[in-house]
Amino acid sequence: MPDAKGPDQIFQGALTKGEILLPKCEDCGAYHFFPRVLCPHCHGAAISWKQATGKGRVHTTTVVRRKPEWGGDYNVCVVELDEGVRMMSRVEGIAPGEVAIDMAVTAFVGEAEGAPAVLFKPSEG
Amino acid sequence: MTAELRGKSAIVGTGHAGFGEAHGLTAYDVMAQSALAALGDAGLNLSDVDGLFCTMMEDSMPALMAAEYLGIQPRFIDGTMSGGSSFVNYLTSATMALDAGLCDVALIVYGSNQRTASGRLVTASRPPAYEAPYNPRYPISAYAMAAARHMHEYGTTREQLADVAVAARAWAHHNPEAFERGPLTREDVLGARMVGDPLTVRDCCLVTDGGGAIVLVRADRARDFPKAPVYVLGSAAESSHRQISQMKEFTVTAARDSGARAFAAAGVTAADIQAIELYDAFTINTILFLEDLGFCAKGEGGAFVEGGRIAPGGVLPVNTNGGGLSCVHPGMYGIFTVIEAARQIRGDAPGIQLKDVDLALAHGNGGVLSSQVTAILGSQNTL
Ligand SMILES: [Zn+2]
Repeated sequence: MPDAKGPDQIFQGALTKGEILLPKCEDCGAYHFFPRVLCPHCHGAAISWKQATGKGRVHTTTVVRRKPEWGGDYNVCVVELDEGVRMMSRVEGIAPGEVAIDMAVTAFVGEAEGAPAVLFKPSEG
Repeated sequence: MTAELRGKSAIVGTGHAGFGEAHGLTAYDVMAQSALAALGDAGLNLSDVDGLFCTMMEDSMPALMAAEYLGIQPRFIDGTMSGGSSFVNYLTSATMALDAGLCDVALIVYGSNQRTASGRLVTASRPPAYEAPYNPRYPISAYAMAAARHMHEYGTTREQLADVAVAARAWAHHNPEAFERGPLTREDVLGARMVGDPLTVRDCCLVTDGGGAIVLVRADRARDFPKAPVYVLGSAAESSHRQISQMKEFTVTAARDSGARAFAAAGVTAADIQAIELYDAFTINTILFLEDLGFCAKGEGGAFVEGGRIAPGGVLPVNTNGGGLSCVHPGMYGIFTVIEAARQIRGDAPGIQLKDVDLALAHGNGGVLSSQVTAILGSQNTL
């Protein structure tokens, strides 16, 4: 099947349409991330794709210090989504040093390194 | 390694080369000089080596490259690459290979010209696809996020992190082989350039050139060499992840498992250890490994290292050569934990020599807190 898509292509393909899909195991019901052909929890190979809630919390965070002439400081963090999976990302819309552990954040599809990527902003309310 | 292999192999030679800046030399040149130094220490020649244990930063087939460079044709090689822990891990495979008769003289060797080549981390490893787009600075962003989480969960302070670097420098001050020996205060560390919050450049290991080598033989002939043998009493590894975003608990490393199994194999406990050599790529490492190896309770590592408690004259001698923070850090530091532990037991440590050391611990870390390997070394008295 020349048009068959692997897990990486499914995830990246959804991002190009502005959607965040997460792989979910049909056997044990757990989500995982990054995308794979098997479930890292129970090792089942029946994987389905679900729309992410986009809700999560900052699990840990750092500021990468960079000279202003090279673009200045930026945030790198690891977010835990409500689905129970973690991903590296950054929180935009606030200063990199204002990003705090346990902060509630919401995912959106933005751009990183010239390609669509999951980014986060502080949740409202 | 299980208890069955306790004391089956011994270190009979250690050596190093190119510490600091090895101008004009390639990484393989430094590797080869280190090999010659260790074999000279053991009274052996390269032609005696039939087991080679080696990995390098710049190639995907480093053991083959090293064997070719050295002009040897080993009948056993191990080039397993788990990052800086690889060289502690080779103690297990070398002991197994020696015990099984697959080789008779095992050479563990490493070299790097990281500092003079570029001053940056030279690496053949690719950034993980799902992390690379966010431009984490490897490896510091990973360790910074572990430190941030430790501070959040346990109230560990930047001052406590700084005291790890201060203690390392205090040991290095007495070590003529160490690269950074000048005075360093807590205020110096805190006031240094921030590179990845909460870590300043003084919370980070050095970037130096350097190489190290270790020669091991079966225990039954270990007393036939010039230097007192140092026995491998236990060694164990545990691997938990590759990417920092996949680390389950940022404040608990797999050293908890590697340490427990190494202690069990050696038949000793943390309280018995007289010299502790930990892979301190960043100040948070020392705190995490002291906790996970059982020298203090989880969460108490910050208080444990505070105010010179792991410095010379403190309660526990940790990183007695100055560690990766102040002695040497050529891309991967793991082999130097073993070398310093062995020298403390032999009584020929280059800096402060502790009194009557029979038991020492070497702990290697690889990747981004990913691979943890613990080894317990002992003198003849511990057999
Ligand atoms: Zn499953």
